[in-house]
Amino acid sequence: MLSRESSATLMSAVTAFIYKEARLQDEHQYEAWEALWTDDGVYWVPANGDDIDPEKEMSIIYDNRSRISLRIKQLLTGKRHTQTPQSRLRRLVSNIELLDQQPGGDICVASNSMVFESSLRDDTVWAARNEYRLRYVDGELRMAYKKVILVNNEKALFTLSFLI
Amino acid sequence: MNVVPRASQWGELIRSDRVHGSLYSDPAIFEAELQNIWYRTWVYVGHESEVPNANDYVVKSIGPQSVIMTRDEQGNINLLLNRCSHRGNQVCSYDKGNARSFTCPFHSWTFANDGRLVGYAFPDGYEGQDKSKLALGRVTRVQSYRGFVFGSFAAEGPSLEEHLGGAAETIDRLVRFSPEGEVEVTAGFLKHRVKANWKFILENECDGYHPAFVHSSIFGVADSAIGKLYGGASTAVTRDYGNGHTEIDLRPEFRKRDAPMSWFGTSEARLPDYTARMKAAYGDEKAREIMIDGTPHVMIFPNLFIAEIQMFVIQPLAVDDSVQHVTALQFKGAPDMNRRLRQQTMGSVGPAGLLLADDSEMYERCHRGVLARNPEWIFLGRGEKRERQDELGFKVGHVTDEIPSRGIWRHYRSLMEAR
Repeated sequence: MLSRESSATLMSAVTAFIYKEARLQDEHQYEAWEALWTDDGVYWVPANGDDIDPEKEMSIIYDNRSRISLRIKQLLTGKRHTQTPQSRLRRLVSNIELLDQQPGGDICVASNSMVFESSLRDDTVWAARNEYRLRYVDGELRMAYKKVILVNNEKALFTLSFLI
Repeated sequence: MNVVPRASQWGELIRSDRVHGSLYSDPAIFEAELQNIWYRTWVYVGHESEVPNANDYVVKSIGPQSVIMTRDEQGNINLLLNRCSHRGNQVCSYDKGNARSFTCPFHSWTFANDGRLVGYAFPDGYEGQDKSKLALGRVTRVQSYRGFVFGSFAAEGPSLEEHLGGAAETIDRLVRFSPEGEVEVTAGFLKHRVKANWKFILENECDGYHPAFVHSSIFGVADSAIGKLYGGASTAVTRDYGNGHTEIDLRPEFRKRDAPMSWFGTSEARLPDYTARMKAAYGDEKAREIMIDGTPHVMIFPNLFIAEIQMFVIQPLAVDDSVQHVTALQFKGAPDMNRRLRQQTMGSVGPAGLLLADDSEMYERCHRGVLARNPEWIFLGRGEKRERQDELGFKVGHVTDEIPSRGIWRHYRSLMEAR
């Protein structure tokens, strides 16, 4: 267990990281967002429940690090039609909790988010619980894992082509 | 328009090389389609492998109707309507499960999983009532083809095999990719909703003209060989099987490559277990032939799209509201192949798919586009002057030609004119 002081310091660093990630996503700063990932990053948005086995069942997104990179490269072409023009986005992130940290291990964090998307189709509200594993790499926090559990992931969803 | 054309008038909206925009946007025409297509012809509902054990069930749909596909104690497949025969409450609220019976939560009427009413609360109030008259509604005819379960609300009409016609062979071609000859639908469905008419989806599935443009963003960065299949120099063909079934037949291109599993961007060496099992099942020569040709790209009218590595089920909810249900195809006895099928499918399709999110964007923009009053028509004349017949007598054309759309609309018209 961390001392109260070091826990508060960590919470502050983690919160700043999560807010920054949210801003980079909202503003489509694709390369800066990709740079937040560790080399073994996993980006997971399950479908049909919170705890499906992504190795056996379909997920909305289940990207390893190379597919994260491919997703970003596609967006950067400017010809990803569903993001041309880009969705206008603003998200609120709250309920940030430190779940677990072992000395030297990844920092497990959770938050809630609500995203307002305005696209050519319409305005859409997305709500999710986000689970992260963060890690210090060369003194900077990085994401090794982000799981986005959409509240309505059992339902038919409209296109989700921005970074959630 | 808002007035459904009489039988004699469909020809004014559907011509050989163009169709009227109102066919996609008029709510009255949508209602007529429900009656004349979705509640009459054979519609794909589910796959037998989704209910492998006695008493398994899964909730499916025919258009906006909720349909419970069950396997009863005897092992028979039933397609039951999710509506209590008492006051109409939905009797099943879960997507899938295992249940011998469904009890309506409203007044505790209980139905066996073959649809029979087996009991109601306080039965003394129903003295003399014949329970057999109060069963769950059911889809009138149910037939399977190689595990794919179809339903038709029409008591009479063509058999499923007559409906599938020449397109049945594409399903035969698909199941061969299992060393045991069976497709399994076990990976769960992504459900992708689009604010667009269902026919934009239907027609796009075998439209070989769009990939070079709609998907250029991913072909360019993924170092994909798919783009060439849909280029001007491609020898792949579009095919119209009749009855609304259409195909993009990529085999001519894959045969030129002459490399097993090249169609899937991989090789025998990278799938050694699968390759060994296929050779054991079919013999070296036949296995090689199957693995060179690749799986089909076929749209079974009106709602089952087999797209090489995944399958889509199109569900219309309203004139401008549709859902694409999509899952990775899985082949019985092919674990290493199946893993790759799931990974590739997850990257490609669904709400965040690197391919399908762009297709879906086109569906929605087309839907908004056809609301404009002029030029009224959708032009589908590409390749009309160079249509030819294949050795079996089916119409074929260049991979970018609009033979599939013209075939779909010809069949659509015949269904809508029928009374």
